[in-house]
Amino acid sequence: MQLARVIGDVVMTRKDANLEGITLLIVQPLAPDRTPVGRPIVAVDSVGAGVGEEVFFVRGKEASFPFHPAEPPVDAGIVGIVDHWDLG
Amino acid sequence: MLLAKIVGTVVATRKDPRLVSSTLLVVRPMDPRGKAEGNYLVAIDTVDAGVGETVLVVSGSSARMAAGLKDCPVDAAIIGIVDEIEIND
Repeated sequence: MQLARVIGDVVMTRKDANLEGITLLIVQPLAPDRTPVGRPIVAVDSVGAGVGEEVFFVRGKEASFPFHPAEPPVDAGIVGIVDHWDLG
Repeated sequence: MLLAKIVGTVVATRKDPRLVSSTLLVVRPMDPRGKAEGNYLVAIDTVDAGVGETVLVVSGSSARMAAGLKDCPVDAAIIGIVDEIEIND
């Protein structure tokens, strides 16, 4: 999983039927000091995250697991909203 | 998933039999502000997208979960046509 900030959203009307009702957000991966690392990507949301929040997301087929038994064709999904993190 | 712009089509006569009825498109990944980045990809179209449209592309084994691609040898599929991108950072 990776830490990220939600920076936007994507709206689609014509899409895969299994994406119906699923929110698509744009996340910017972050280093622990909150600097952006790498490219922003589009991730599905299963936890009710919103723009501006810090989250962690999972990559790969596992991103579809929160929607089980549906199998949306997704490769990145937000699975938690971060309250805070600490580095020892 | 990646945002991308469709820039072309691919025609292939000899191909895996599971790709026979698929449309192959060339897409250029882009950042949410529309700037092209990274390498071009060949993606299977599942939503009747066309050249010039902005689309959402799913990569890796998840691409096989798109409509009609079960057990197909693919690693990139177009799963939606983007109406609007909103950025607020």
